[in-house]
Amino acid sequence: MRYEAPDTTEAAVALLSGEQGLARVLAGGTDLLVQLRSGFTEPDLVVDVKRIAPMQTISAEAGGYRIGAAVSAAQLGEHEGVCALWPGVVEASQLIGSSQIQNRASLAGNLCNASPAADSVPALVAADAVAGIVGPDGRRELPVAEIAVAPGKTALATGELVESIFLPARPARAADAYLRFTPRTEMDIAVVGAGVSLTLDADGICREARVALGAVAARVLLVEEAAAALIGSPLDDAALDALATAASAACRPIDDKRGTIEFRTKVAGVLARRAARTALARAKARS
Amino acid sequence: MPQIHVTTRINGDAVEYLCEPEETLLDVLRDRLGLTGSKEGCGTGDCGACTVLLDGRHVCSCLALGAEAEGREIRTIEGLAEGERLHPLQRKVLEHAALQCGVCTPGVLMAAKALLDRNPDPSETEIRYWLAGNLCRCTGYDKIVRAVLDAASELREADHAA
Repeated sequence: MRYEAPDTTEAAVALLSGEQGLARVLAGGTDLLVQLRSGFTEPDLVVDVKRIAPMQTISAEAGGYRIGAAVSAAQLGEHEGVCALWPGVVEASQLIGSSQIQNRASLAGNLCNASPAADSVPALVAADAVAGIVGPDGRRELPVAEIAVAPGKTALATGELVESIFLPARPARAADAYLRFTPRTEMDIAVVGAGVSLTLDADGICREARVALGAVAARVLLVEEAAAALIGSPLDDAALDALATAASAACRPIDDKRGTIEFRTKVAGVLARRAARTALARAKARS
Repeated sequence: MPQIHVTTRINGDAVEYLCEPEETLLDVLRDRLGLTGSKEGCGTGDCGACTVLLDGRHVCSCLALGAEAEGREIRTIEGLAEGERLHPLQRKVLEHAALQCGVCTPGVLMAAKALLDRNPDPSETEIRYWLAGNLCRCTGYDKIVRAVLDAASELREADHAA
């Protein structure tokens, strides 16, 4: 295995695309190092991106924020601007692992690890976040929802890497929230996760909504029927009931040691409902 | 692949070493530099026994490569005391009998140091969440949490007096 720590994205792309064998990107390493040590992956090249300045930076852009791919969850949680604009994305990122893991783990790493149970991904999908990708053919953008294509597999081509994640601007009376179910309060992997982002009009009626679910299918689901249940409503009980029903109906989970199909399906509806109520309260506070 | 030459600072001292590309920071500390205070518990970032400070932030050294330390600032349990004088966290852990086998203790102390560096007056709840990634299988967490609360209180008084 070779280890390289380039200081530009272009140099990282050149290294990744020049490697004949298996190349892996190292950001926080909280998934990669575990895979390395267990022999699950045996890369010929590891490219550490933490020396690349734009990957370590959170910058304001077009009313939103661009989060560098190696920015840690702890750094994200310390950023007042991101916390105010996208509280659901931040709260999802703060649920990942211990405080030690928080100091290393990144949003882009969580995304590119492509676990269906990744905590930050439903929140990012609900936020309609966009990944900034750099590769041998230049730059492109891809909605976060399209990065993971199957467990452990991404839509990135050989030589490509995620440089940043862009969280867009949003109007007043808009907010998001993320909730997950785990048997323990800390240090656990989501049995179900639900992210909800919504925008209210001046009368408190929901005009835009996005609902995403984690750990209930092979990849994070964007549930348009669940969002449709909220749009046009003041998030009254009838709308929330319809949201929960639509969220549960979209689930295609597996049975495993953390939860059964029946349990996950039911809890997805419950969490979507509760996350929507939290997002509603936050949106009203941002008027 | 030849070994990688790394220049870094550990507990304030300039240190150079050679390591394999896949070698973890924990293995470098323990096996190459003789700093065996940091322990390997799980090796997967779950137990926190290998916690060290990397540029002031506490991380699991089993989940970092030795090569990543180039130009960084590392603090380990060996640097917590000042010579023979124990850090208040260490003294309070002894006074409260907050250790039995001691394997988790170095990691607990480094994580608690990172907490008190940021927040001199943490609540019990904040301490419990902060230390959720430091598993202890014999002492019990109550004594550890009380030791950290007591150390924080003493450090605040010392700061006030100064």
